[in-house]
Amino acid sequence: MFKIIQERLRQGKRTIAYPAGEPTLPDRFRGLPVLDDANCSDGCRACIEICPTDAISRDERGLALDMGRCLFCNDCVTACPEGAIQFSQDYRLATRTRAQLIVRGGPERELARPLEQKMLRLFGRSLKLRQVSAGGDGSAEADLNVLGTVVFDMGRFGIQFVASPRHADGLVVTGPVTENMRRALLNTYEATPTPKIVIAVGVDAISGGLHRGSPEVHDGIGDLLPVDLYIPGSPPHPMTILDGLLRLLGRLEATPTGLRKRVLETARVNGLAGRAGAFLEAVTNRGKGKRQSEPSIPR
Amino acid sequence: MATIAVKRRPHNEPIPLAEIPLLTTEEFRCTVIGELTAGGSRLLALFGQPEGADAIRVFAVLGYAVTGSIGVLTTDVGDRYPALTPECPQAHWFEREIAEQWGVVPEGHPWLKPIRFHHSYRPGHDAWGRSDLEPIMPSEVDYFQVEGREVHEVAVGPVHAGVIEPGSFRFQCHGEHVFHLEISLGYQHRGIERTLMGGPDKRTAHLMEVIAGDTSIGHATAYCHAIEALAGREPPLRAQVLRAIAAELERLANHVGDLGALANDVGYLPTSAYCGRLRGDFLNTTAELCGNRFGRGLVRPGGVLWDVDEARAERMAARVESALLDVKGATQILWDSPSVQARFEETARVSAEDCEALGLVGMAARASGVDWEVRRDFPSGFNRFTFLPAATWRAGDVFGRAYIRGLEVEHSGRFVVQQLRSLPAGPIRVEVGGLRPETLVVSLSAGWRGRICHVVITDRNGRFARYKVYDPSFCNWVGLMMAMRNQQISDFPLCNKSFNLSYCGHDL
Repeated sequence: MFKIIQERLRQGKRTIAYPAGEPTLPDRFRGLPVLDDANCSDGCRACIEICPTDAISRDERGLALDMGRCLFCNDCVTACPEGAIQFSQDYRLATRTRAQLIVRGGPERELARPLEQKMLRLFGRSLKLRQVSAGGDGSAEADLNVLGTVVFDMGRFGIQFVASPRHADGLVVTGPVTENMRRALLNTYEATPTPKIVIAVGVDAISGGLHRGSPEVHDGIGDLLPVDLYIPGSPPHPMTILDGLLRLLGRLEATPTGLRKRVLETARVNGLAGRAGAFLEAVTNRGKGKRQSEPSIPR
Repeated sequence: MATIAVKRRPHNEPIPLAEIPLLTTEEFRCTVIGELTAGGSRLLALFGQPEGADAIRVFAVLGYAVTGSIGVLTTDVGDRYPALTPECPQAHWFEREIAEQWGVVPEGHPWLKPIRFHHSYRPGHDAWGRSDLEPIMPSEVDYFQVEGREVHEVAVGPVHAGVIEPGSFRFQCHGEHVFHLEISLGYQHRGIERTLMGGPDKRTAHLMEVIAGDTSIGHATAYCHAIEALAGREPPLRAQVLRAIAAELERLANHVGDLGALANDVGYLPTSAYCGRLRGDFLNTTAELCGNRFGRGLVRPGGVLWDVDEARAERMAARVESALLDVKGATQILWDSPSVQARFEETARVSAEDCEALGLVGMAARASGVDWEVRRDFPSGFNRFTFLPAATWRAGDVFGRAYIRGLEVEHSGRFVVQQLRSLPAGPIRVEVGGLRPETLVVSLSAGWRGRICHVVITDRNGRFARYKVYDPSFCNWVGLMMAMRNQQISDFPLCNKSFNLSYCGHDL
């Protein structure tokens, strides 16, 4: 017993200060893609062609990157001669609609909005989730489990994974939805009491990811279930998942100051030329003044 | 008995298809059985590949641990052939896979059932006579059943209580006592082997990283070794060391996470809490290297994509050192706790004989005293130039599988710190050209669970005619079934965690 207490003291307190303080992410972490197609030469398709999941496209409005398909793998960054695509340190990637996952050059971007009032009243301070892996490779599942560790301690926000869909307020789905899991996924959804929410975690669940087009999968949840929150990534960083969940519950509103600084710093280090730098300025300065960092976490 | 002498070759070296002996089915059967039962070899791969319009060519890859060499044999079969399993139980899962993929019946197989539940790759040929139009429902097959008064069946899955992948488990019980567990998988089948056909292309390396999400480095490394062998290129030494560091970080993260989960399953929360956090420390060290916690986007044919300067290497080394210290403290209280040991010891034993007969690999086999270790027996990459001791334990119980992890954490941790502080200079990548046509290569690499085996066959244009993947889980699920015999059903989570097998790595 003495040894256990001694070890407890030695290991110390490890829960991160987030959301009061900003989380530390590795400098090579690849978050929100930043596009600047000002210097793209006519007919250059280097990024479009190299992308393993066809996440990048170009139309009359310019370059677009679909985070719902993106692996955040850096292949496009390496392939581009003009530095038109960079990954910033912004880990806040979750959106409420599939269309919002498509990133373009320009400052317009919306972070995931909270659920509507009635749902917030039901789930805002207590959200029980059932996870269904429908062909997931185990990595997104692992980073969901991580949220239960002392580091993130998701329980302090009233969010918890439960063992039965009967006890759940919603489903967290990972994987491209294999043909062999389709029925089990639909049954689990059916078994969850209404009202309920569905959260798609990871590129596989959103679009099928690398398995898109395989006859054995459904290219993600698609229209099988109504999705309330999309969390992109391969797999998403635990901070991306937690940020998405907290935003859905209306528990986070502003752009934290620390993050603003860090995004600007990344832009400077990467030597983001002209418009990209300006873009970052625009993104990070947006909302400055009106909504400062005031995490609405009840103590 | 018509047998032939098997030509032994090094692994990770290209073998022209024309040089691979084609035997009659009788010769093939006798030779393979002879080598596996008396010749000191193990079955690394057994799979079918279409040959002409009607035949399936069956490839057997044998591994000889003592000499670190392999042998490859083939035979052509029609819609049926005499099974190897009755004489060689370790062939049982491979033969079920052949039956499912190609509609070939291994006659005499004692328990011929699908393993992944998909339609045959050859329309019109089905080992169970199902039509191509009939939908195939996972797990809808016969199971072993025990009959008698008060005997009952417990079905679990496919959706489990925890945040884990799906699989279906059927226990034959008498009260708490489990007579037999049968596991039915396939829910995670994404069709990866078929997606890989015709490659390599821009998706291939990425697909390797998602075969089993917790073994991204292991499978990507096996893939790169195969490609480098087929292209006749050797990656720079610095890249090989960085790959080895990433592979051991992957092992560290998974082993430490498992130790925490094992502690959790016996209700010993201190170690569970500490290890949950420490697992993340190793994942974050990997992210420090390449930006992704699971090492995605690091290992590529020809080398690695991310380099480290001295400062970064030192940061990583210091981080691992400090985490190792905390792991030591967290696990010492686990080993010292009698209540934990009472639950770990003698629980879910697998004998060395069963391990050998059923062909278990890696940690699970070594925990039963079966000293097979890919890093030592079939070294590739930087493992050819260094030595990482493999831990073995005799007991074959949950304690054995836990303790092996503890020992490997120490060895791997020390290795990572040492290598980060003495990285060889030089480039991190070389260009890899086209692949040799009509060639086969067997690539063995050490995943944290055990032996990863990739077999690649190229067509006449140097594209993949077949890319065969074996995750260690493919061989080890049967070990979990054996381990549960005569156990309490309430010990199942503990027993399951002690193996911690990959569902998607098996289902592909």
